[in-house]
Amino acid sequence: MNSSIDIRQTFFQECEELLEALDDGLNALAAASEDGTIDSETVNAVFRAVHSIKGGAAAFGLEMLVRFAHQFETALDAMRSGKLVATPEIVRVFLRSADYLADLITSARDEVAPTSSAGPDLMERLAQMVPANGARMPAQPAPPVATPAPAAEADDFGFQPITLSFDAAPEPTAPTGFAIRFAATKQLYRNGNDPVHMFRALADLGTLKTRLDSSALPPLDQMDWAGSYLVWDLTLHTTESQQAVHEIFEFVDGLCTLEISELGQETAPPAEVAPPVEPAPIVTDATSLKNGPAASAAIRPGPGKPATQAAGQKGSVRVDLELVDRLINIVGELVINQAVLAQCVQDAGIGTQSDVGAGLDEFRNLARELQENVMAIRAQSVKPLFQRMARIVREASDIAGKTVDFVTEGDAVEVDKTVIERLVDPLTHIIRNSVDHGLETAAARQAAGKPAAGRICLSAAHRSGRVLIEVSDDGAGINRPKVRQMAIDKGLIPADAVLTDAEIDKLIFLPGFSTASKVTDLSGRGVGMDVVRSAIQSLGGRVNISSTPGKGTTMSISLPLTLAVLDGMVVDVAGQTMVVPITAIIETLRPAASDIHAVAGAGKVVAVREKFVPIIDLAETFGHRPSSQDYSSMVLLLVESGQNERWALAVDRIHDQRQVVIKGLESNYGHVPGVAAATILGDGKIALIIDPDETAQRKRPQAGFAPALMTEEV
Amino acid sequence: MSAAAELSKADDRELVSFRVGGQDFCVDIMSVREIRGWTPATVLPHAPPYILGVINLRGAVVPIVDLAARMGLEPIRPDARHVIVICVVDNQTVGFLVDAVSDILSVKRTLIQPTPAVSSDVTRAFFEGVIAIDQRMLRLIDIEAVLPPIAARQERP
Repeated sequence: MNSSIDIRQTFFQECEELLEALDDGLNALAAASEDGTIDSETVNAVFRAVHSIKGGAAAFGLEMLVRFAHQFETALDAMRSGKLVATPEIVRVFLRSADYLADLITSARDEVAPTSSAGPDLMERLAQMVPANGARMPAQPAPPVATPAPAAEADDFGFQPITLSFDAAPEPTAPTGFAIRFAATKQLYRNGNDPVHMFRALADLGTLKTRLDSSALPPLDQMDWAGSYLVWDLTLHTTESQQAVHEIFEFVDGLCTLEISELGQETAPPAEVAPPVEPAPIVTDATSLKNGPAASAAIRPGPGKPATQAAGQKGSVRVDLELVDRLINIVGELVINQAVLAQCVQDAGIGTQSDVGAGLDEFRNLARELQENVMAIRAQSVKPLFQRMARIVREASDIAGKTVDFVTEGDAVEVDKTVIERLVDPLTHIIRNSVDHGLETAAARQAAGKPAAGRICLSAAHRSGRVLIEVSDDGAGINRPKVRQMAIDKGLIPADAVLTDAEIDKLIFLPGFSTASKVTDLSGRGVGMDVVRSAIQSLGGRVNISSTPGKGTTMSISLPLTLAVLDGMVVDVAGQTMVVPITAIIETLRPAASDIHAVAGAGKVVAVREKFVPIIDLAETFGHRPSSQDYSSMVLLLVESGQNERWALAVDRIHDQRQVVIKGLESNYGHVPGVAAATILGDGKIALIIDPDETAQRKRPQAGFAPALMTEEV
Repeated sequence: MSAAAELSKADDRELVSFRVGGQDFCVDIMSVREIRGWTPATVLPHAPPYILGVINLRGAVVPIVDLAARMGLEPIRPDARHVIVICVVDNQTVGFLVDAVSDILSVKRTLIQPTPAVSSDVTRAFFEGVIAIDQRMLRLIDIEAVLPPIAARQERP
């Protein structure tokens, strides 16, 4: 029972990879369809992806998935065989079909009904693409060059019109046979394929004669042991269709040179059923060396492209995420342990110059390196995320009726898996906003002298130990007078507020802000950019916006590489060591007594460049001691909460600034108000990591409290 | 193993017994992971009084429950002589601070008596039953009932 669940899980994991490959292929196809340079290998890759998904789905009895994948595959196969030409229109249907396929897979995995209702429509459109019984598709006249001769007369390669249906029995044809010339590439063997299995499968179709052409075999001393030098000439007498023969080589498509011709073309076809010959034994290397045929120059080198493509693929193993997390834990422990040891050595009065000191240094470097590498295991490329966003753009632009060119950069940038997962929602929101609000309509764009199609660019890059993700559009930019007026109307800012452009841009992050004058399908559902902002902040990230009127808007998200470690400021709060995330801290200050003011009996504020910021005494908040009377001897950490509010956290002392490994509290204890997590310090003790946002929220009066707008140094 | 032997094995319960505030308690050995000496805990803000804080157990953050305080006895003033019994229930790891671990014993299930009716239902709910052994009363703790409830993060407005 368990193992079948495991296999099912593996299938869905594989589906993710296959969908990625599918998306890749379709995107390449989309680009190629514009200039008409379709690469058959791309079509093959797309076909293989859909085919593999169908195969797996059938094994698990995922009826809906199989049916749709089958229809999709049929259309792709028509394209593969040249019966269907990839026009941009058709590729668009393919892209949407791929989206729907992904939907079906997700719903099958989660065992829920699919959310999208696009299925029947897409099925219909895919079915229309496939010429029925060799008849040309009426709606899609293909350029004559690419159109093969009508299938009734066999063309050179004898391709049947691909109305291929794996369920339907192949049409009975006259007893005939095929001459097959099969040359494997090196990659075929490397992928673990063995021609003998294919030959056996062929032998099952009828009677098979094999002849090995070993003429290309170099002398032993020049032979590359991993090379492929053998070519087989196979003669198959069978009543099966050519399709059936092709299917056998399906999985090595692109990994071999395959020529299949009907026997009748060169030699007279056997008038009746082929004479009963013994099923030809599979010719082995040894025998073939002896009776190898005369040298022939006919050996075609394997197609170079698939080989290089395959070589470019990285080998990978599937590892349980839990196992990785455990590994990260252990390595974190090792790093702490090293710090403890170093402390012990120092306390024992052994100098760092000694052998022990040097050894410990080495140990520290190794432990750090180990930690970095283990962290890297959790990292994943943002490519699947970006592909998902491409899909969002397609959907959104369909609904908004805008044409959008979606460009991605830095697909290969790697970020922690959890960060990627938790980026989906905020990024979706930003992208939808860009399509809906950012880009103008085609008419407005043309009036402004821009190309009719809008452009949205999604990029990822590493910047000084963080990941920078940017969404930029070439739309109209933020309409600042409108944003300002909206903020005033909603009471978010006073009517006479003097704001810089950057401050106005930042207003859209305020809760309850939506610039769309009418509610659309895409955005304006009440969840605004403030949700995006808090989602990103919960990941330890920051979001910024910059806009140039008439030129466009750019949203930049800066994120930590991993959620497992955090840059923290180690502080002392009434004798307790605590950690404040550096990302939250804007500045630290030691206030002069004259800067501290009391607001009646309700608390104290500190003047920071003529703005008054409320002070939160952490020792009091966490119940360690009553509120301090004298903040001037303490250190204030200026932090900013999600709603543009600033607070000054009062701590006794700053110890240190360092990277700490985040340890959850919630699994063993539960949530502690104002505490985000825990960490283990160099001395093996636990320190709590403060959640500044939550600490501030708890301190905030419950009554309506308009967030004060603060100046922002971005 | 014969069916009879299996049956008799199922009839027995292996227990770890310890003393807290002058009374004898025990827990099922299957939930005990390890027993270790007291190490100072990091105080958790806003925690109930019986939570002494959290300690670092080989990289895991484990909360420590003062079993005496939890049982309504005089809270323990922990020092190096005290012992932490680390228990795991449903993937939740918790340490119980006790005065001293006394014994590991095997008790027939039939010897476990229902908890006598004492005034506090809350306290009564902490026990699976009691066992009479050598003129003493062993109180069998239901660990799940004693565990601090996991506090959920409150949704922000």
